[in-house]
Parts: sequence; C-alpha cells; structure tokens
Amino acid sequence: MSQLDTPVLELRNVTKTYSVKQGLFGKPKPLTAVNDVSIKLARGEVLGLVGESGCGKSTLAKILLGLEAPSSGQVLVDGQALGGQDRLALARRIQPIFQDPYSSLNPRKNIYDIIALPLRVHSIGNEVSRQKSVREILDIVGLPARVMNSYPSQMSGGQRQRVAIARALIMKPEIVICDEPTSALDVSVQSQILNLLNELRQEFGLTYLFISHNLAVIEHLATRVAVMYLGRIVEEASVESLFDAARHPYSDALLKSVLTPEPGLGIPDTHLGMTYPNPIAPPDGCHFHPRCPSAMDLCKSQRPTPLFDAAGRIECHLFSP
Amino acid sequence: MCQSKSCQDTPILSIDNLTIDIPTSAGTLHAVRGISLDLKRGETLCIVGESGSGKSLTSLALMGLLGKRIVPRADRMEFDGIELTTASARTMRKLRGARMAMIFQEPMTSLNPAYTIGDQLMEALTLHGGSSRKKARARAIELLEKVGITAAESRLSQYPHQLSGGLRQRVMIAMALMCEPELIIADEPTTALDVTIQAQILRLLADLQREMNMAMILITHDLGVVARVADKVAVMYAGELVETGPVKEIFAAPSHPYTRGLLRCIPLPGKTKRGSVLGTIPGIVPSLVGDVEGCTFRTRCEHAAPACRGPIPLHSSPEGTHSFRCIYKPGSLQAEAALSTGTSV
Repeated sequence: MSQLDTPVLELRNVTKTYSVKQGLFGKPKPLTAVNDVSIKLARGEVLGLVGESGCGKSTLAKILLGLEAPSSGQVLVDGQALGGQDRLALARRIQPIFQDPYSSLNPRKNIYDIIALPLRVHSIGNEVSRQKSVREILDIVGLPARVMNSYPSQMSGGQRQRVAIARALIMKPEIVICDEPTSALDVSVQSQILNLLNELRQEFGLTYLFISHNLAVIEHLATRVAVMYLGRIVEEASVESLFDAARHPYSDALLKSVLTPEPGLGIPDTHLGMTYPNPIAPPDGCHFHPRCPSAMDLCKSQRPTPLFDAAGRIECHLFSP
Repeated sequence: MCQSKSCQDTPILSIDNLTIDIPTSAGTLHAVRGISLDLKRGETLCIVGESGSGKSLTSLALMGLLGKRIVPRADRMEFDGIELTTASARTMRKLRGARMAMIFQEPMTSLNPAYTIGDQLMEALTLHGGSSRKKARARAIELLEKVGITAAESRLSQYPHQLSGGLRQRVMIAMALMCEPELIIADEPTTALDVTIQAQILRLLADLQREMNMAMILITHDLGVVARVADKVAVMYAGELVETGPVKEIFAAPSHPYTRGLLRCIPLPGKTKRGSVLGTIPGIVPSLVGDVEGCTFRTRCEHAAPACRGPIPLHSSPEGTHSFRCIYKPGSLQAEAALSTGTSV
C-alpha cells in the first residue's frame, strides 16, 4: 500500500470497558463506553463525531490521544500500532484542543510558557528558537506577539481558545482531536475559531477528528460524519449524504432536532423520548430500538450487522444485507 | 387570573429605563443601561446576547435576586401593577416562586443536593399556597408527569444526583410551574442539554405556556432556539438593548449592525456553503466600568463613524413594534446585506 492510501489514523475494533461499582457494596459491573469501533481517517479529512452525551465520544478521543488504553482492538497511526509507539512520539503527531479554554490553560503560567511547554517537553531547540516558534505560531492563530507575557485570566474566551490551538499546533502535529472546541464560546467568537480551524487545515494539511453536538458546526466543517450511539458507530457517511439523506433512524432524529434559525417552523417533534438508555444495562438487540420509530420485532432480539457500501457504513436492520 | 380582553392586552410586565450599576474597586460598572420592555400574557420574549451583555442581570433584577449591594433603578418596573423596584422584601417573597418563577441554566447547582426531589418540589406550594403536604404531593406528581417523567411517584424520594441532566432540567421546570406562575423566566434552560433533549424541553415549555397562558422570558445565545420559540426578540449588547422586534422581522430584516453580524456568524444549513468562511464580529466587548458614552458597539462595528460617540437615536417602525438604536436610518444598511448574502450563498 502506498503512503497515500494508508489512513493517518485508524481504529480497528476498539472496545473500552470500564468497571463501574454501583453503591457502596454493589458488585462492579462492566460499562462498555466504546463498543467495537472501527474508523479510518485519511490525510486532510475532517471526521465529525456526533452523538448524545454519554455515547462514548470523549472516551474515544481519550483513546486516540493515548490517555486511555483500549480494552481490546488496535489504534494505528500511519499503519503502525499505537501501543508500540511511546507517548512522546505520539504527542508529536496527535494533539488535542479541548472544550473549555478556561480550565485547559494553566492560570499560573504566562502564554509564552503555555505555548512553549510542548517544545520544552520534547527538548526541541533552545530558548531563542522557541521564542521564534512561539511568535510564529501566535501570528498564525491571529494573536499579537505581546500576549506572550499575559496570563490566561487577562484574555477573553476566544483568545484563550486561540492559545489552546497555538499550543496544539506548535508541535506541527498531523492529527488534531477537537473536542467541542467552540461550544464554550459566544456566537461571534465561535465563527472566528471555526474559520481559523478551517484555514489551518488547508494551510498545513491537518486531519481533524471533530467532536461536537452542534450539528450545524459539524455540517459546516466536516468532510465525513460518524454518528455514535451507546458506544457504537451506527452510521458513517460523507457529510453530504448524511445531512441530505441520513439513513439510520437515529441520525435522522438527531438531524430533525436541530433548531435552524428559521422563524415560523416551530419546534420539531422527534418522538425520541427523553430517556437515554442506561449504558450499564444496554437494551437487547439493536441498542436504539426502544427509542426507534421504525423498530420491528427483529430489532428487539437481534443486533444488526453493519453494512458497508458506497455511501459508507450503516448498522440498522432496515438496511441489513 | 383575569381573562377579559382588556386584561389580555395590558402587559403583565412593563419595564421602562431599567439601569443596573455595580460598584467595583475599579469604579462603577454600568452593567445594564436604560432597558425598556413590555410583555403580555401568553407571549414569549427571547433575550439574545453574548456573555456579559447583562441579560442574566436583567432577569435577576426582575426576580429581586440581585442581592443587597446592587440596587436596580428604573422609571418603571411593574409586574401586573406591582412596582418591583420599591416592593418590600416580603412582597417580593410572595411573588417569587408563586406568581413569577425562574428556571436556571445549570440544574445541578440550582437543586439542593441534600433534599429529595419531592421535598424541593413541594416546598414552593406549602410555602406559598398554604397547601397541605398531601395536596402538594399530588400536585408534584401531576407536574412531573406533565413534564414527561415516568414513574413520577418514585422519583419524589430520589435525590438530584440520581437523575440525569435532562431529567433534572425537567424537575426544574416542574418546580417553576408548581404554583402556576403568570411569568416564567428561563435562563438558558437547554444550553447544557443534547439537541434531542433540547427540542423536547422547548416543546414542553411552549405547550405548558400555551396551556397556562403564561408570559415567558427566555434568555439564550442560541439563535436557532430564538427563531423557533420567540414571539418577540430583544437583542442586548454590552448592557443595552440594541434592537427589539417581532421574531420574523428580526430574522428577515435585522437592522442593528450587531444583530446583522450575529446572524452572519452562524452557518445556515442548506444556505451557507459547507466549509466557506463564516462572518465574524472582530474585537471584544468593551469595558463598562466608568463613563459609557455613545454606541458601545462602535469598537467592533464595520460601519462605525465619528457620530457613534454621540447620542444614538432610537428608530421605531410605524407600528412601534420593531425598534433599534443606531446612527444609521432603517434600510440604509440593506444594500450591504444584499452584498454579503451574495457572497456567502
């Protein structure tokens, strides 16, 4: 396989199971946060990952960053298993941008120290070259060089998120895991950060895994979308086919519940019911069947097998091979 | 509750020139300046604005929850004929929770972790309605069922930490409705929730509001929520009301540069080209400490002119429903609008 065909990042049947104790004397029960997930990210792609809270999006991000080890399955970077690479080597290739720039920056360090820390950890260059790198990266993310001596508390939310982006990019990573990077920001600032992320991707050929529950943002930025439900990817497709014609009833319900800024349309009724199932005791058969408007008898007992076709991947009895 | 036609037309809430100054060590912070609003029974008003625009302070002032150190001033701040600025603490206590209720953003921090859901629900009614515990219990179960909570009776003995975020928020809504308030103020009630749950909570609120003919103030920064829920919209920027109007007019013909900017910032599904450059509002909100003069948006406005430092005229539509504060006359920025939609579509 040539270099181009190898996905930069690949998950092969990754499962993560936690052991959860219920009550003081309760017996620990397994909670499968990520259940047999396989995804591939090609260079320059933006994979949007959507799903409700508790579906395992963030666990998946942690596994990708090497912060959690998968219980089974493999994570491959450029075709090499992640387990074989040490943390430092991994950090050069994959960097995160977190949701809340108020808690992800050390309040006691100034901006220069925060951004230069990865360089120090990896012993790259000397103080002079680091200064230069930080100046360059600040310019790229649209911050004036004078903020180097400021502290996070002196900056606005949007500026802080720019600092977080600068810190992620200073190692020139190939893959950036963005975990809800704009949801803590105001509307007017959100669009600036989205524009910046888009620009940087084109300029540096970055690959993003973009986790968000804001579907309008996903639609705008992603090239492909994976929909996650109770630890499983239930549908994966290009952004066009997913947003124009979602196949899985859950994807469809998610899309229907988006409130677009169009007055007069009223509030959509998704018939989803509000109860997200308990992940410790997931429903039998298809995990989604208790909330599914098109559930059949088969869905209650038998788990659907994934179907791979030209449009992507779908896991639903309606589309069973 | 009065059901006659004339009563329906008089506003239940009427605010004229509300100002909130907060003393700080650096000087006076002019957090809210000269806000005027009217709200009728059965109407929904959405207050939109970024963090620090004073939208939450305004609602806290209405509820009399600003604390002792901050005294709101207003030419008029009437709730059903009761002047709130001069009302005694006793009067406010009688209004709060009984006739006007609030739903807060974060249900985990606004529910008391040490009391059961049932205790917290029933408290409002035993306190205000003078009901017996038995009656209050029945009402609590009724409302929990109404907000879509299954096994309502068994939930009463549960503690907040045993419920999921969506359930807690519904408990908050049920609690606010216990005494059938005439005005409900919801401060970002769905921000912490998933889209699927958000839609359902908003539907629920809208249904209950119609059923009980309540007036509702919904504070949010989500323009999608505003478009779908509001009758009227009030756009706040840096403590001022920059534009108010019926929801359709605000979205179809936004007049203040800030409103126009906000609407350009969000990707419109099906309209904004995927991956295109989104509109932005450069700069940050100015400090409101010390003297605040002219239009506060001028530091971020693409149309700023020297006149923006002076007094800013208020333009009102002939019917008086749509108004905005800007040195530019209505319609004079429309040419620019046509241009910008031309590039983004």
